[in-house]
Formats: sequence, structure tokens, C-alpha cells
Amino acid sequence: MAATPTIGGQVGRSLPRLEAREKVTGRAEYTHLMQLPGMLHGKIFRSTVAHGRIKSIDTSEALKVPGVFAVYTSDDVRKVIPDPYYGPAFHDQPILAIDKVHYVGEPVAVVLASDLHVAEQAAQQIAAEYEELPAVFDEVEAAENKTLVHDELKPAGTFADLKHLKGRKGTNIALDFRLRRGDVDTAFASAAHVFEHTFRTQKVLHLALEPFVSIADYRDDGVTIYSASQGPSFVRTEIARLLGWPENRVRIKVPYLGGGYGGKLYIRMEALSVAMSMLARRPVKIALTMEEQFYTITKHPSTFRIKSGLDKNGRIVARKCEIWWNGGAFADVGPRVTQKSGFTASGPYDIDNVSIDSYALYTNLTPAGALRGFGIPQLVWAYESHTDMIARALKRDPLEFRKQNLLREGRPQATGTILKDAAIEKVLDRIAERLNWKAPFDRGKGVVRRGRGLAVALKAVISPTTSVAIVNVAGDGSTTLYCGTVDMGQGSDTAMAQMVGEVLNMPAETIRIVPRDTDVTPYDMGTLGSRSLFHMGHAVRLAAEEAKAKIAALAREVGEPEGSNIPLADLFRKKYGMQAGNIVGTGTYKPDYTPPDADGMTTNATPFWMVAGSGVEIEVDTETGHVRIMRLINVADVGKPINPKIVEAQLSGGSLMQLGFSMFEKMHLDGGQVTNASLADYKIPGIHDVPLVMENEAVDTYQSNGPFGAKGVGELATFGVSPAIANAIDDAIGVRLTELPLTAESVLRALRAKNNRPLGDE
Amino acid sequence: MSTATRTINFTLNGRPVTADVKPHHNVVEMLQTQFALFGARESCGQGLCGCCTVLLDGQPVSGCLSLAVFLDGAEVVTIEHLAEPGKLDPVQEAFIECGAFQCGYCTPGFVLMAKALLGQHADPDDEQIRDYLAGNLCRCAAYPEIINAVKMAARKSKAGATGLP
Repeated sequence: MAATPTIGGQVGRSLPRLEAREKVTGRAEYTHLMQLPGMLHGKIFRSTVAHGRIKSIDTSEALKVPGVFAVYTSDDVRKVIPDPYYGPAFHDQPILAIDKVHYVGEPVAVVLASDLHVAEQAAQQIAAEYEELPAVFDEVEAAENKTLVHDELKPAGTFADLKHLKGRKGTNIALDFRLRRGDVDTAFASAAHVFEHTFRTQKVLHLALEPFVSIADYRDDGVTIYSASQGPSFVRTEIARLLGWPENRVRIKVPYLGGGYGGKLYIRMEALSVAMSMLARRPVKIALTMEEQFYTITKHPSTFRIKSGLDKNGRIVARKCEIWWNGGAFADVGPRVTQKSGFTASGPYDIDNVSIDSYALYTNLTPAGALRGFGIPQLVWAYESHTDMIARALKRDPLEFRKQNLLREGRPQATGTILKDAAIEKVLDRIAERLNWKAPFDRGKGVVRRGRGLAVALKAVISPTTSVAIVNVAGDGSTTLYCGTVDMGQGSDTAMAQMVGEVLNMPAETIRIVPRDTDVTPYDMGTLGSRSLFHMGHAVRLAAEEAKAKIAALAREVGEPEGSNIPLADLFRKKYGMQAGNIVGTGTYKPDYTPPDADGMTTNATPFWMVAGSGVEIEVDTETGHVRIMRLINVADVGKPINPKIVEAQLSGGSLMQLGFSMFEKMHLDGGQVTNASLADYKIPGIHDVPLVMENEAVDTYQSNGPFGAKGVGELATFGVSPAIANAIDDAIGVRLTELPLTAESVLRALRAKNNRPLGDE
Repeated sequence: MSTATRTINFTLNGRPVTADVKPHHNVVEMLQTQFALFGARESCGQGLCGCCTVLLDGQPVSGCLSLAVFLDGAEVVTIEHLAEPGKLDPVQEAFIECGAFQCGYCTPGFVLMAKALLGQHADPDDEQIRDYLAGNLCRCAAYPEIINAVKMAARKSKAGATGLP
């Protein structure tokens, strides 16, 4: 750590995280570790069938366990919350199952006890009987609407583009986003080459090491919820709606998060813990185990059918994209994923004729939500594999083929929005330069073959969203920031403090960040989709600028000459005669946005474009199918980094997380039952999975409408990893995998099939 | 579930202590509920992630798999004991300087493991670091920074031992 804090020039400093000392000493506060006086523990009894009507729930044996406080079902919940359905896009998720269960693992009943072990033991004594119904698990099959997950669609009313779905029956489609640009049919008819491929991604989950947890303390005049949440403002609004209360009677307090990655967005354990606290009249903690996370929220599995038409010169003239998103039993934010990722499903290419259909599907699986990319990694997996396959089929260099078709500044993206501040070509060039792409590459001749691959991607950040911030300068000049962005490890507190310090000419280390508390910290839409640095960054900047203007006004008022650098404490003393008073600056930021029309066209799809890509060098053992990643390169356009070191950590960490999703992570499902719901059976990347060489680069750019030239970074390095590896496997051994994960078994099966020596079934 | 309680005596972070524990209580639960020490925390519950690491008679163990009753007579050190007032351990300093964490939930476990590693190998190479820390998981994947931090901590510890800056 720097011994003397830097003054001025706060933006661009690689400052260690402000909360670093708390974290390395084990003193940082997390909801999972919190205890309240008189608190009860709740343990959830879950559905064992994927789809069924509840015939009976027998809680009598559970109630006999010594020390049990109560056992509650939806009958009890409805006594205190008459309409207990929640969700950000659809009000489709009941606090506890009502009449029907929709997936294996759906919460059906809760046991409360002072002793967690008693609650656990009693929950195992509950018995439920179901009349099983046919279930649907596959997203493409679900679109046929033969088996229905819900009787009727119940959009929340929050999003205008979902309103038309209200009351719709007989369908599993929770949203159908469509985009039509030009005339794909005519373009395909006249194309010199047409390629069509289908890609799939598997079910994976966030798996934060701090599992989902909330503690609710309900009183008649208000409720306080301590929660591991990425979106305290949303939680407050939604709990207030469920209770029929004004928002100011609902207080959400969020300490540090032990990981989030999109999992801790919207309502997780908050509504259930509130209902339990209302019934018990005691504080109730619902803290999940690692296993239970597999039954709570996951990433969307997907099927993507992509078709491209090319002219004789190799220009892509038409692209048709059909994507089916497996949203599981409840919509969560799936319809947003479906629409927002739909904007860029045709990739970072300049294509005159584009057709996109993106479908959010209900199935009888654990619900799916946002996971570090809002659908983009699934899309990039498909379109960058597809692009590479076309290049190889046409015997074109994959880099040159991409460069020929790349979307460039000033050109309209598929939605019609003009591309600006999106360094697609620069990112691609830097990956290629780092890979030394133009030089000859030794692919090997023996058992071990070598290959390399790259991929580049584009995302439109989610819009429109709002952030509000408050900067408070105290009578001694010390300064505090109130903002609702949740620091779940991405380093936002540090970056925000740097921006305040930049404006007010203070060392970032001296800025105090108030922990998230909706009684104190103002509104923020949520810590999601790499939006915070841009949106909250602007709000923080505006708040600090207002405070700065007020400081200048105060200086004039007390007779200080223009440009005086009187210490703030002296300024306050001059005004109030003692160390007293405050200067408060506020900032609100909401970017412009134009919703897409019925054809998905808009002149303003996003306040900023996100661009990133990856390059890899790999070795493939042709006898075992094992793929070893020798080198992983991540390059991104983050604008001007506020904290270069934290930016690099985000790129590195994001790419390694995606490495797990690419190479081995997979929830195995049998009749809707997860059969590997533990860290013993579901492997995540460990230290041995880190490639020997990792390179991360933020290209030299400046986001012209960003705070201090910056924009978001959290999701970026996830985008290109999966297709870059699949492209490298093809480069090494000439086989193409179209389904994740890229396990040794799938590589070996494909290689043996190619060599006419197919392996038998397991 | 047994309701029998047993009294155990052990040394916790340098002080003799007494605790009343039930047979099914693990070390993490006892540290949290009876001593308000939250640095060791349960995550996977299967001894696979290392978030619950404590040093038992100098050896790192998974607190979630260690029953509290077996601590009778033992010496236990938790993350809270590593820093002296106002002065961090070189491993902790190195973790901060290298940015070797993001969310911080797994960090106490990694710091204690790194401390134990440096006790065995004053100057570990990359392979030794990877092997020794293979039982700890970081979902934020700060692994490259953690490897750098362990190497930096080794340099700091050596400098500290010789009195050189």
C-alpha cells in the first residue's frame, strides 16, 4: 500500500481495494455470518417431483421433533401475504408452492427452530404426496407447448414489452423477441454460400461461495431485511408490493457479498424470510447450503440455430438467428435476457439482412436468471464457432474473414443503432498480435497436437436504468459517499471512491463508503450487467460535482477570494463558527434509450457498447481427448480504466469462470433431478485449472459519454472464451464441437467418430 | 440428535478457553456461536473449498469436517490471530498488495494455507504453491493474484527474518 495517499489524479490509480484489510483479517461482514437476538433458522422442505399437483403435505412428524418452533406451508403464507407471487418480469413465483410444484427442489414447506440442526432434522420428517404431471425439460421441446409449465402468463407490468403477454394461456413462451433487418429470404436466395449450424449450452450455476441468504426481522411498523443481494432497491420495491406497504417501511441492509455473478439479483430468500418472520413474529434467517443453490437459480441453457449467407467474395449478406432460452420453472429475468441479448445475436459483424427470433421458455427445471453476461456468452459461443466454421469451410483465414465482415464505427448495428466507441477491430487485432497470428504455428505431429483460436464479441449494455448517489462533506472536510451499488468483489467501492476523490481532489482512501442500506443509500436499479461503473459512476460524479459547486459557493459566501484553497474544515468553521455543518451533493443518472419497434429496430439501443474477445493456444491429447490450455489471452474495450489493477482482475477472473463453463461445469439432470448437486460432483475451476500463461489487456480507448472515459468491465472476459477454445480444438485436430462443455470425453468421441472408430455408449 | 453436552478445554488464538459443545457441533459452528469468530466460515460443507480452514496444532484443517469435541487439549489458531494490533502478517500484506481476492469469502482460508505453506517451504515455486493451494476454491478466480501474493509473502517473510528491508 502506498504510504502517502496520492492527492489529485485519483482516476487511473491501481489502488488496493478499500475493504482489503477487513477481508484479509476475516472481519468483513457477510449476511451468512450474521446472527440476530431471538433469531430462528428456517430449513426448506423441497419438491421431489418435477411437475405435479400437491395432494397433501404432512407436517405432523416434523412438529413432534423437540425444539421445533413451527412448520409453515403456503396455506400459512397466504394468511399474511394474500397474493404471494413475485418476480422481476413475471409475478409467477410463489413464496412456497401453491397447489402445484414446477421443478424438483421448489420450496414447499419451512421448518423454524432456534437450533439449525433441529430445523434440518425436522424438515426431513415432512412428507408430501403429489399427483405427477408430464414434465418438459428441453427448451426446443417446450416451445411446442405440448406440456405446459404454467396455466396462464402473469407479466409483472414493469416492462412495457411484456404487457401484451398478460393472461395468455396455452404457452410456455414467456417472451418472443424478434428483429427484422433488410430481407433475409431474398438475400439467402441469391447467396453464393449458405451455412447453418446449431449450438447448445448446458445448465451451469453461479455457485457463489457464500450461498443465498436473507434474515428478516418483521415488526408491525416495518421490516428490516439483511440480505446477500445485488439489488437492494429492487428487493425493497418488491417486498413493499407484496406487503401492500409504502417503500419506506421496508429496509434492506446489504453487507459485502461472498460472490454474486448475477445470482443474487431480484428476490432470492428475501420474500420467504419475510413471510416466515411475519408468521413467527421473530427474526428468521434462511441460509441455504451449497447443495440448495442448485435448486435456486442457474444460467440459461440454450439452443441457437444460426444460418449465414455469403456472397462470392466472402461477405456475409444474411444471417438468421433462432435462439431458445431454457428459463426453467419461473421467468425470473429470463425475458430480459431474451430481449437484451437478442439485440446482438448476429454478432459483431456488418450484415445488411438479419433476422433474429429469441424465445424465453418455461421448463420444469430450476429457474434460470442472469449469470455474468446476460445471455451473451451463450450467443458468442454459437456465432463465433459458426463464423470460424464458415472461414474454415471457405479455406479463409479466420482472422481475415472476421476482419472482412467486422462491424465498424459509424455503421448501423443489427438494431439500426449506429456503432460508436466500440473498439471491435482494435480488440481483435490485439488478440491476433498477442497470438502472433501471422507467424507459422507448429500444430505438432504426434499424440499431442496443438491449436489456436480466437473470438470477439459485442454486447449492448442493458438500458434504460437509473442510479442515484449522495456525497456528503462533513464539517472537518471528511467525505462520505452513499450509493446502492453492491460491492460483491468487483471493487466498485474503490472505483466509486476514486471518482469522488478525482472531483473533490481528495485521496480515494479517505472517502468513506456507507454500506448499502435502503434507509440511507438512495435508489439504484441493481448491480448487474456491467452497468454500475457507467451509471452509478455518472451519478457519483454528478453528486461530487454538485458538492464541489456548493463548496465554491460557500467559499464565496464567507469572502474567500476566487481560487482560494482554504482547507474545507476552515471553510466550515468560517461559516458556522465551529466544526459543524454539511455540504450534500446529489446526482441522478439515467441515460437516453429508445425502445425497439416491432421489428427490433431502434436508433438508440444502448448507452454504451461492450466489446471483448479471447485468444487461446491449446494442446490436445489425441489418445485421451484431454485439452490443455497453454495460453489464455483476454482483450477488452473498457474505455479508460478507473483502476487498472481491478480491471485486470475482473478480466482474469471472468475468463477463468467462463473457462469452467467451457471445459467441465455441467449440472447433470435425470428426470429434472440434479444428480451432482455438490462441490464433490460439480467441479469449478481450481488453482490447477489456471492456464500457465494468462494475458489480460484493456485496449487504449476512451468512452466519450462515460464517467472519466470509463465503462463497465465485469462480464467482458466471459464472452470469447468458449468459442476460442472450440476453434482451437478444430485447429488442432480438425473436429468441431457444438455443445458445451468441451470435456475430454466429447473431444475423444468426436475425434474417434471422425476417424471412423466411434466410441460406444457409456 | 444427541443433547449431551461436553466441556472441552483448549488454546484458542493463544489463550486458554473452555467451551460446552454437543457431539454434532463442528469447529466452525463453535467458533462462530461461542467465540464470535467468523473468519472460518462454512461454504461447501464437505471439506472441499477451504473457506473453513483453521490451524489445529499448526496444521491447516477443514473446520466444517472437524468435530468441536476433538479440540480438547488442542491448540487452535484462526485468521483473527494472524495480525498483531496495527500490524498485518506478511501474508496478509501481500494479499492486499497483489489484489489476491475479490469477494473475500474464501480469503481467510487461502491466507492460512499460504501461511502454513511458507512454514514448510520458505521460498516455494509455482508448482509447490499450486499443489499446496489445490484444496482451496475461489469462485472469483483470483488464483493468478494469489500465486503472486504467496511469492511476495515469501520475500517479505525472508526480509523480515533477516531484518533487511
